[in-house]
Order: sequence, then C-alpha cells, then structure tokens
Amino acid sequence: MSDKVTNILLVGVGGQGILLASEILAEAFMLAGFDVKKSEIHGMSQRGGSVVSHVRFGATVCSPVVPEGEGDILFGFELLETYRYLPLLRSGAKVVANDFRIYPPAVLLGQQAYPDGLAEKIRNLMPDLLLVDGLKFAIEAGNPRAANTVLLGAVSGKLDIEESVWLNAIEKMVPRKALDVNLKAFRIGRSL
Amino acid sequence: MKKEILSGNEAIARGAFEAGVKVASAYPGTPSTEILENIIRYPDINSSWAPNEKVALEVAIGASFGGGRAIACMKHVGVNVAADPLFTLSYTGVGGGLLLVVADDPEMHSSQNEQDSRNYARFAKVPMLEPADSSECKEFTRLAFDLSEQFDTPVMLRSCTRISHGKSIVELAEPVSGLSEPKLVKNPAKLVMLPGNARVRHPLVEERVVKLGEHGDSWEINRVEYRSNEIGIIAAGVTYQYVREALPEASTLKLGMVYPLPKERIRDFAGKVKTVYVVEELDPFIEDQVKAMGISVIGKEIIPMCGELSPWRIRKAFADAGIINIPEYQAIQTEPIPSRPPNMCPGCPHRGLFYMLNRLNAYVTGDIGCYTLGFMPPLNAMDTCVCMGASISNASGIVRVLSPEERHRVVAVIGDSTFLHTGINSLMEMAWNQSPATVVILDNRITAMTGRQENPASGFTLSGEPAPEVNIPDLCRALGIRNLKVIDPYDLEATFNTLKEEMDRDEPSVIVTNRPCCLIKGDDRFQAGEVLYVDQDACTGCRACLRIGCPAIEWQPAPDGKKGKAYIDPLLCTGCTVCQQLCKFDAIRGGK
Ligand SMILES: Cc1ncc(C[n+]2csc(CCOP(=O)(O)OP(=O)(O)O)c2C)c(N)n1
Ligand code: SF4
Repeated sequence: MSDKVTNILLVGVGGQGILLASEILAEAFMLAGFDVKKSEIHGMSQRGGSVVSHVRFGATVCSPVVPEGEGDILFGFELLETYRYLPLLRSGAKVVANDFRIYPPAVLLGQQAYPDGLAEKIRNLMPDLLLVDGLKFAIEAGNPRAANTVLLGAVSGKLDIEESVWLNAIEKMVPRKALDVNLKAFRIGRSL
Repeated sequence: MKKEILSGNEAIARGAFEAGVKVASAYPGTPSTEILENIIRYPDINSSWAPNEKVALEVAIGASFGGGRAIACMKHVGVNVAADPLFTLSYTGVGGGLLLVVADDPEMHSSQNEQDSRNYARFAKVPMLEPADSSECKEFTRLAFDLSEQFDTPVMLRSCTRISHGKSIVELAEPVSGLSEPKLVKNPAKLVMLPGNARVRHPLVEERVVKLGEHGDSWEINRVEYRSNEIGIIAAGVTYQYVREALPEASTLKLGMVYPLPKERIRDFAGKVKTVYVVEELDPFIEDQVKAMGISVIGKEIIPMCGELSPWRIRKAFADAGIINIPEYQAIQTEPIPSRPPNMCPGCPHRGLFYMLNRLNAYVTGDIGCYTLGFMPPLNAMDTCVCMGASISNASGIVRVLSPEERHRVVAVIGDSTFLHTGINSLMEMAWNQSPATVVILDNRITAMTGRQENPASGFTLSGEPAPEVNIPDLCRALGIRNLKVIDPYDLEATFNTLKEEMDRDEPSVIVTNRPCCLIKGDDRFQAGEVLYVDQDACTGCRACLRIGCPAIEWQPAPDGKKGKAYIDPLLCTGCTVCQQLCKFDAIRGGK
C-alpha cells in the first residue's frame, strides 16, 4: 500500500443526498483496509445551499479536509457546483459529473443566467471528465432516485478497489427495500 | 474489537455509553446536535432535550449531585447561556463525573460568531480536553469522567465542526463496570454556595488547577513526537492533524488537555527544539500562556486569527514568514458564476409572513432559526439578529428611543423553539414595562434549523414519546400580553391585516402563526395542499410571484425579446398557495 492519500470531493446542492454517497465511499475504503477520514458541513448549507464533502483514504490520513489544490477526484452532483469547486483540484484530476442542473435563486428570479456550456468549460480545465446522465440511467435501473448510485458506480470505476467491496458497502448503507435497484444502478454506473 | 467509521459526535455518544453515563441533556446547536441524537441509541442512558443550555447543564449537575455520571452538550454560544451554573459548579465540584461537551464553529459555517470556548475553561478554572479525531472523541470522553471524579471537577471537552462532523475509524469497547450506585448524600458545606462556603471552596479550586497541570505533565494524552529539531510545534485537536500534514518533518507537542497546560512538558519540549511555534485556530490561547511562562514562541505573528485553519493555510503562513519553501502554486481559475446561498424550503410557512413584513416596511428585530433566512433577497425583511431570544428584548428597547411614528414599524420575529429557549423572559419584560412593539412568534411546531428536534411546545420528547405541550398563546397571556392573535401565515390577506393592525397599536401585542414546518413527516396535518401550475396563456410575465423567492418557482425568459413567464416545478411545489394569492391574473391554478 503506498503512502499516498487519495482526495475525493463530493459537491452539489443541499438535499441531493451527498452525505449518503460520501458515507458509502468511506465505508468501502474502510472495508478495503485503508485509513479513512471525511468531513462535511451540516446546518445552514442544507437549505438548498452549495455543499461540499471531503473523503480521504490511504495508509494513514491526518487532516479530514482536502488541502486546496490537492483534490484527485471530483464527484459532482450538479453542473454549476462541479464547476464552482474545480479550484480545489490538482491539475490533471478526474471529474465525474452528473449532467444535471438545479437553478440557484438568482437564476430562478431571472436576475442572472445559468451559465451555458458548463460541460465544455469543465472539460477545458479538467480534460478527464466523465459526464453522466444519472437520471436516465437511474430510471433504467428502476427508480429515478437512484441517480446518485449510478454516479457512485461511475466514480468507483476511477478507483482501484474491487467490485465486491463496493457491493458490500452499499449493502451495509442502503435500506433493504431499495437495495436491488441501487445495486443495479451501481453496476450501470460502473460500466460507463 | 469491532471497528466502525464514526463521526466525532457519534464517537462522543459512544464514549458516554462506554463511560457508564446515566443522564444526558442538551439543547440542539450545530455542530453539536447529533451527540444527543446518538446517545439516545443507548437505552441505559436517560437522555432528553432541555429548553436551553443553562437548563441542560443544570439537569446534568443534578444527576451528578445524585452520584450518577452525566453529560451536557451544546454549541459554543450555548456555553454563554450555561455560563452561570458552570462557574459555580467549578466551586462545588461533582458527585458522579460530569462532562460538558462544547462544539466550536471556527469559520462560522452555521453560527453567528466564532468565539473560542477554550477561554471558558480558563475563566471557570475547569480542565478541558480536545480530541483530534473520532477515536480520540470516544477515548477522551471516557477519560473525562475518570478525571472529573479523581479531581472533583466538571470537565469540558471541546470539539469543533471538523471534528464533530468529520468521520474516522473508531474501535469500540465494552462499557465500564463497577461504578458506585447513585444515592443521596448530604454535603451542604460543599454544595450550598453561600459566601461562607464559597470562600472555603475557592482556594481548593486554585489548588486543583495546579494539580491538574502537574497531572498533565505526566499524562500520556499530552504527547511529544520528536522529528526534526529545527521546528517544534505545539498544537491540539484538528489543528494537530493539519500540522502533521502541512509540516510532516516538524516535532510536535500534541496537547490532549488544553487547560491547564502541562508546563514542565512544554518547557522540556521548548528546550529540545530550535524554534517553538504554537499553531492554534482562533485565539492565542496556548500561546499567551506559554509566553507568560517566559518561553519565546511564535504564534499569531504568522498564524491567522480569524476563521478555520487548514494544512494549506498553515503551509502558506510558514512560507510567507520565510520558514519553509513551498512550490509556486497557481489555483485553477474559473469564471464568476451565480452563488448558491441557502433558502427557505418550498412551502415554508415563514415565507409569506416575511413578504408582508417587507410590504409593510417593518423594521424587523430578528432572531435565530430558519426564519433568519427572511433576511435574504428577495424578502429582505430582517434588520437585526444578535443571539437567541434577543429579538423581543431588542424591539422592547428600540421603541424606547424612537418617535411615535417610527415606533409602529418595529416588529420582533422569533421561532417557537427560540421563544421557549430565552424569549419568554424578554416577553415578560416587554409586557411588564408595556413596550409598544409587535412580536410575531413563528410557531412551526419544531426546532427546524438544526434538523427538526422536538421542543416543549411540539408535543413529543427526544425519544418520540407524547409529552405535555406548552400552549404558547396561553403562556403569552399569562405573561401579561393582552393583545394576542393567532394567524394562518398561508393566508396572506389575513397576515397583512393582522400585522398592520397590531403594528398600529400603542401597546405590546403578540401574533402567533400556526403552520407547521413542511419537513415534519408522518402526519397529514403537515401537508400543505395540492401542487399548483402556471397557466402559460394567462401568465403576463409580471413577476409578482417571484417576489417571495420560492425555490419551486422558476423564471423562464422568452427567447425573442418577449416577456418571459413563470413556471412551477411540480416536484418541488407543496401547494401552499402563497404565490397563487399574489397573482393578479389568476394564472396560478390548481390547489384547493
Ligand atoms: C445559544 C444558542 N443555542 C443554539 C443555537 C442553535 N440554533 C440556532 S436556531 C435554533 C433553533 C431554531 O428553532 P426555531 O426558533 O423553532 O426556528 P425554526 O428554525 O424552526 O424556524 C437553534 C437551536 C444558537 N444559535 N444559539
Ligand atoms: S425546514 Fe421547515 S422551517 Fe426551515 S425553511 Fe424548511 S419549511 Fe421552513
């Protein structure tokens, strides 16, 4: 096992289920035998505000927060938020982004426009971008609410951890009745 | 033993369980809330919400006086409320071990200030432990109870947002056994703090601080790690983790007990490295004390005083001071984009009220809760917000200096949980002294901001058991309020008229709103109505409905320079009808 700590950032909008996704990631890293730390902010930011969760794993992890400019993987649940947090990444980092837009207040009010061509803007800065239509594949898996799990599957493809570990982590963290759909959604994401 | 990934808050709860705690009491507050919400998983512990932090601590003190181990949890500003019992508890000491957990919020992720709670430990002369990860949260919680009983002192444990809401791996252990059974023991000379008794206790407190410091000199939770002898760093808590990451070569003195300081250990450490630095978030708490010992250290000369630290900020501070070299770093540049501040939920019962306060040009003394978001555009209807309970007393004070015309504009807004926390005293003052302001109590039947905790008026306890409800209107009347109205905040016209009438009145008056938070689940009462939609032909694009800032309503610009139209997202709409009442063209359809 190398000393290198891998830094993952999960970003999106409060209420999108970022917490659970980061919990599954952390669980998988622990099951795979790594030291893990994670950190996020609850409270104010949950009322539809911008949210970022940090997950780090490696032989030994000290800080629970990813140092600025050292993010290795950005897991974006929403396009504008994905773009917002690019400065936290190192150059050449990997980005897995949900092709999904949630309008912030100024856009809803018609005062500002939701930026055009965000995917291109992201790709210009971070060429290793995997853009995923989470909703479409979630519906394919049987439930539109499993979009996050599709994304998680896609992120798992960027990490050197066995599939069985991921499946164990999901089984542990996802409620029984939603398990089948989520396992299916995960596999679809992982195959992308 | 079993390993789990736990948050700091979960680990503190687990530590309380393993330490054989009998009673837990708390008032919610980010980032401390989940401690009690996790303690409830251990049925051996009697755990409950208190109406405020002072009461929470006093409940814990009572349990401790009865001989049981007890824990009280709160956010940093909660200690301001609980300070009165804390300072005298320091004199009485404890029966069963007593731990006060305080969670600070450097960077103010969810707080109104970033006060540094370590100052309270020194001020009240009680020891304070500071864990650096979840594993230490559990371990230190256990140790705190032994320390408390060994030295006859309350103990404080300081967490912070990154520790409480950070997660790391924890090894679980079995609970302790063999603690003595609680029972009544009379000891008035120690527990009745009249001047004569307190004068006897104070010297013992001073002695205790000295002894605790000596204890710290040999206690393994204060740990020296020698690496390079060029740079020696004193740090504690999450900052220690940042230091390890930022300056992996540096020698460290990691303090597990941040008050009182282990002076010999610090002297010894300082003698073994070339330069000593103190790296700490917020105040120069350790630094000032080490400097007072005559040891030369560098601290806030280079380390920022405000906000959170991070490995990067520490590295940068050392590089800017010329102590280390770091590679040029150019952050990736992005274009400016729309920000995404938090907003009230679709259907929030607070929204219409703030819209009307804005329309009435009210001067709103505010308070803390979801409704503080009434400050945000487009509602723009809050003018002050100081601390919990302050809205009413601020209004009571402000009307005393204003002209009669301006006086009528003053309206205090306060949530149900906040009113019961510290608003009751304020309203008592206002009624007693007949301050002619208007108070709106936003009774959404829950403590929403912190994640929907029960409160004394919500009808349930922490464990979900039915409980007697405070009747807020009756309570106000009992306090001496003669003008009291209950309104439905989804009824805009009634809201406007009632507000106007009470604002015009030259006497104190209270308006109570009666719609529950729309996130309370599991009860039909709380469903607002049927989903609405915009009839695109009837919509004239006047934007009236946008002025309430509901996240379910979206402005859709027309491509060809024509007027745009409003659109309601059916997945978000709760059918509260507030927007419908604002549309003069009947373009918003559906609902009741
Ligand atoms: C002394 C203190 N304790 C706790 C908090 C955390 N806190 C902020 S708002 C709030 C409760 C809000 O509940 P309520 O007044 O019912 O308003 P709602 O959020 O439901 O609208 C709490 C506990 C605080 N800011 N200050
Ligand atoms: S949680 Fe409840 S009180 Fe808070 S903004 Fe949402 S609906 Fe309003």
